[in-house]
Amino acid sequence: MEIVLALGIGVFTGTGVWLILRPRTFQVIIGLSLLSYAVNLFILAMGRLRTNAAPILPARAVGDPAQFTDPLPQALVLTAIVISFATTALFLVVLLASRGLTGTDHVDGQEPEA
Amino acid sequence: MSAFSDHLIIAPVVLPLFASAIMLMLGGDRRTFNATVNVVSTVALVVIGIALLFAADAAPTGLIGAYRLGNWPPPFAIVLVADRLASLMVLLASVLALAAVVFSLARWHRVGAFFHPLFQFLLMGINGAFLTGDLFNLFVFFEVLLAASYGLALHGSGSARVREGMHYIVINLAASLLFLIGVSLIYGVTGTLNMADLAARIPAVRSEDRGLLEAGAGILGIAFLVKTGMWPLCFWLPATYAAAPPPVASLFAILTKVGIYILLRLWLLLFGDQAGSSAHFGREWLLLGGMATVIFGAIGSLASQSLARMAAYSVLVSSGTLLAAIGMGRIGVTGGALYYLVSSTLGLAALFLLIELVERSREPGADVLAVTRELYGEEYELDDTTESGIAIPATMGILGLAFMGCALILAGLPPLSGFIGKFALLATALNAEDGAVPVAAWVFLVVLILSGLAVLIAMTRAGINAFWASPDRTVPRVRLIETAPVIALILLCAAQTVEAGPVMRFMNAAAQSLHAPSDYIRGVLGAGAEAPNSQRGGQ
Repeated sequence: MEIVLALGIGVFTGTGVWLILRPRTFQVIIGLSLLSYAVNLFILAMGRLRTNAAPILPARAVGDPAQFTDPLPQALVLTAIVISFATTALFLVVLLASRGLTGTDHVDGQEPEA
Repeated sequence: MSAFSDHLIIAPVVLPLFASAIMLMLGGDRRTFNATVNVVSTVALVVIGIALLFAADAAPTGLIGAYRLGNWPPPFAIVLVADRLASLMVLLASVLALAAVVFSLARWHRVGAFFHPLFQFLLMGINGAFLTGDLFNLFVFFEVLLAASYGLALHGSGSARVREGMHYIVINLAASLLFLIGVSLIYGVTGTLNMADLAARIPAVRSEDRGLLEAGAGILGIAFLVKTGMWPLCFWLPATYAAAPPPVASLFAILTKVGIYILLRLWLLLFGDQAGSSAHFGREWLLLGGMATVIFGAIGSLASQSLARMAAYSVLVSSGTLLAAIGMGRIGVTGGALYYLVSSTLGLAALFLLIELVERSREPGADVLAVTRELYGEEYELDDTTESGIAIPATMGILGLAFMGCALILAGLPPLSGFIGKFALLATALNAEDGAVPVAAWVFLVVLILSGLAVLIAMTRAGINAFWASPDRTVPRVRLIETAPVIALILLCAAQTVEAGPVMRFMNAAAQSLHAPSDYIRGVLGAGAEAPNSQRGGQ
C-alpha cells in the first residue's frame, strides 16, 4: 500500500509541477488541482497509513489508541480540500476575466512574439 | 488575568468577521452603510490594539495569555496567544488599515464591488495570523487573508490588474501547497501542531528524524519567504504591488511583514538555542537571502521608471533588511529590527498612498513616468465631477513635504525614525559581545548603507521629476481625507522618533522574550509543562 500511495503522490506532483510551468492558464489550473491532490494524500500519509482502523472512538468507551488511526490529519485534509477548492474556483473566475479582457489564454495576457 | 482582557485576545479576529458579515448581509450595495461599518470596526481595532499592547507590556512575562478556543486543555485544540510582538503587529496592521480606509473613502472604494467586506476579511486574516498559536490554524488564517487580498488586488479591474492578480494568485496557491507539505512533515515527525508544544518537543526529536523535521521546516520557510519576498522568490511582488489600487497596496505593506513576523516567531521559538542539534537551522539562508533581497530591491528601485514600482521595490529593501537582521540571531539586533519594521512599514504605507495623489496630476504620456498610467489602467471612469476637492497651491507643497518625509524614513536619514531604526540595527550588529565583529555584520553594514543611498537617489530623482520637472502639470485636486492619512502616518514615524526611548525599551523587551521563549511555552502549555513531552516525538 505504501508503494502505491508513494507512486500516486509522485505522479500527481510530477504532472502538477509540469502543468503549472506551462504557458496556458487552463493548464496551470489543472496543474494546481493535481498538486493539491498530491498534497492531500501526503497529509494523510503523515498520519501513518492504517487499514481497517477508525479515526473515531466508540461512544462511552475508553479506546486503546493503538487500535485507531490518527484523526487529526483527516481533519486537516478536510480543511485543505475545502480551501484549495475555494481558491481554485476563485482562480477560475480570474482566468475567465483575463481571457475576456486580453483575448488570449496565455498567462502573461499576450502571445509571445514568435 | 481578568476575564475582560482574556476575551480581548480574540476580539481582533471576531470583530472584523462580524463587521464583514453585517456588511454582506445588511449592506448590499449601500456604500455609505458599508463605509461606516468599516470605519467603525477599524477604529475599534485600533483601540483594541492599543489595549492589547499596554496589557502585554504590563504583564510580568510580556504575555497576556493563551486564549483556548473550546477550552480544551493544552496542547490540544487551537489557542490564540497575545504577547508583546503579536499585539504590536495587530496595532500596526490596524493603524495602516485605518489610514487606508479613510483614504479609500475619497474615491477608491467606488471603483468596484465589495471593497469594504473584503477589507475587513483581510484584517481578520492578518490579525488571526499574528495571534494564533497553532500551525494549521496559521494556514487557515493565511488563506483567509490571501483570499481577501486576491479580491482587493483585483479591485477596480482593468487588464493590468487582472494579469498581475492572476500571477499573484498562482504564486500564492503554490506557496500554500508548500505550506501544507511543511506543516504535515512537521506533524509527522513531532505529532503536534501547537507552536509551544512543538518548541518543547523538538529538543527530544531523535537524530535520525532530524533530517525530516528540518526538511519540513525548510519547506514551511519557503512558503513564508515567498510571502516576505526574499530574493529569488520575489519577482511577483513589484508588479503586483504596483498594479494594486493604492489604498490596497498601502495595506499590503503589512502582508510582507506577516511573513517576517511568522519567521521571527517560529524560527526563534522552534530553532532557538534550546533546539539541540537543530539550533539556528537555516540561519545562513536568512542572512544571505536577506542581503541579496536588499541588493535586488535597491537596484530595482534605481531602475524603476514609475513611482509605484519604485515603492514596491522599497518593500523588498525593507523585507531584506529585516530578514538579514533576523538571521543575525542576536537579541539586540532583533530589537532594532522590530523598531525598523514599524518605521519602514508606516513609511511604505504612506508612500503608496502619496504616490496616487502625486500621479493624479500627470497628463498621460507627459514623461517617462507615463508607464504608470498604463499600469493603473484607464478602463474605469472616476466621476471627477462630484469631487469637492479644492485646488489650492499649497497642495503641491504639502505633497512635496510628505514625499520628503517618506524619502527620509525609507532611506534612513535623520531626523525621522528610519535613521534610528537603521542605527539601532547597525550599532547592535557591530557591537559583538566577545569583541570580534563577525564578517556578516560588516557585510550587513555595507549593504545597508549602500541600499540607503540607492533608495535616496531613486526617491530624489522621482521627487524632482514629480514636483519640479513637469511643466505641463496641473495642481491635483486632493481632498483633506486623502492627505490626512498620509500626514498622520508620517507623524506617527515622527512620534516614534521623539519617543524613541520608551519605544526602543518595548522593542527590546519583545526581542528578549522572543529569544528566550520559555515564558511563552509555559504560558501556553500551563505551568509544569516545561519538561519535553516526547512520547510521540520521533515515532
